[in-house]
Amino acid sequence: MATRTRRVGPRKSLFHSIYIVDSFKGLWITMKYLLFRKKVTIRYPEERRQYSARFRGLHYIKTTNGVENCTACMLCPTVCPADCIHIEAGERADKEKYPVRFDIDIMRCCFCGMCEEACPKDAIKLSGVYDMSAAKRTVYDKEFLLVQRGNK
Amino acid sequence: MDITILVISAIKVVVIFGAVFVCVPLMTWIERRGAGLMQLRLGPSRLGPLGLFQPIADGIKFLFKEDREPAHVEKFFYFIAPLVCFIAAALTFAVIPVAAPVNIAGRTISFQIADLNVGILYILAISSVGLYGIVMAGWSSNNKYAMIGALRSSAQMISYEIALGLSVIGVVMVFSSVVSSEIIAAQAGTLFSAGPFNFPRWGVFLQPIGFLIFVVAMFAETNRLPFDLPEGESEIVAGYHIEYGGLKWSMFFVAEYTSMISFSALAVTLFFGGWQLFPGMGRLVALAPGMWGAALLVVLQILSFTIKTAFFMWFFVWVRWTLPRFRYDQLMALGWKVLMPLAALNIAGTLVLIRTGVL
Repeated sequence: MATRTRRVGPRKSLFHSIYIVDSFKGLWITMKYLLFRKKVTIRYPEERRQYSARFRGLHYIKTTNGVENCTACMLCPTVCPADCIHIEAGERADKEKYPVRFDIDIMRCCFCGMCEEACPKDAIKLSGVYDMSAAKRTVYDKEFLLVQRGNK
Repeated sequence: MDITILVISAIKVVVIFGAVFVCVPLMTWIERRGAGLMQLRLGPSRLGPLGLFQPIADGIKFLFKEDREPAHVEKFFYFIAPLVCFIAAALTFAVIPVAAPVNIAGRTISFQIADLNVGILYILAISSVGLYGIVMAGWSSNNKYAMIGALRSSAQMISYEIALGLSVIGVVMVFSSVVSSEIIAAQAGTLFSAGPFNFPRWGVFLQPIGFLIFVVAMFAETNRLPFDLPEGESEIVAGYHIEYGGLKWSMFFVAEYTSMISFSALAVTLFFGGWQLFPGMGRLVALAPGMWGAALLVVLQILSFTIKTAFFMWFFVWVRWTLPRFRYDQLMALGWKVLMPLAALNIAGTLVLIRTGVL
């Protein structure tokens, strides 16, 4: 039994069903794009996208006169939802508490920025640095975090 | 046989096919850059000035790829299929003249590899041989997608070869010759003048409908978008060359671009006066005296031919990134219900015009 077909929607005129004019319209559009439109490509290593100032990237620990602001209050490991901050507290000669070890397991970090919000001493910060791919699983230690990379 | 003829023929073969095969990598670069720019990207732009060395890098990559050979293929046909495609695509160029014949020391040198007395028929015959490459590839791959691609290809090529042949017949009737050099020679002169503009006696002005049919059929014959159903990346992965890789795949690739170049040259030969100069270009020749004028004429003719062919090659790319792929039934309907009757009507109309003495 032959299938009956039913046309749905408006019937096209002969002029439109030939497609020639529409094809040339299309050709004009592609040529217009080629010649006049601004290209959206960002040539990555040389050009970089402008991110918002609130961008949450690589962590760093802020320093004042070469001494880290952190007092090892343990607020950031407490608030961290990914449980990626590990701090060992110690005591300086002037009886001040400081982190002997400050490790961030960057593989676990979800860059939520809650550590930054919790910090009372403005010590742990998230910078705008985003290119931090690595060849192996990395734990950022204190020496690494004390380098002020792209801080804001 | 005169040894000089052999030497001249060998030089012609090397130069013309060399030029064609230099154009292929250039064409891939133009294709990729053009695609990029039309899609608001940049395309390959790293390697060399404007990314021009990208095809070289691609070629080196293909050369060093492992020559993989799937266990389930029909070996002999699997190996010769790319060759058949490639050779058929390249051979078309043999009868296309790139400049007018010149007399040097009493010897007429024609700027084409072979001036066959059945030039156009030869082109139609050879371009169908390319189909065998695709069918062989599809069948020998022993893969359902490849098979579907090959089947589509054979149906499509056979359908559109009719439209192509019929559109060419109109041109053959107007210029009353099937020899490519005679067709071009017949396109000399002015058809009509409109104010300051002289319209040359090119096939496109004598056979506008034939030209339209030819262009559409040309896309189908070269398996290019909007008629690239044999490949159909989105439906049948890559069609007939799905089981190919490395250098064998790149041969299909080169064959596709070579046939694009060949068909561009054919379109120019039939409809745009081949090596006939652009209107107004002839005045340049008068500036140079004697021998230099003749040499300049040849250079300008080759230049005209190249510019015209380059436009059509660009047109292939341009259309590819503009029009979406046709559905299979749409393709068949267009070929059989639109193009073939239109081509037949065109022939009838041309006949009437010739008999009444208009053309």
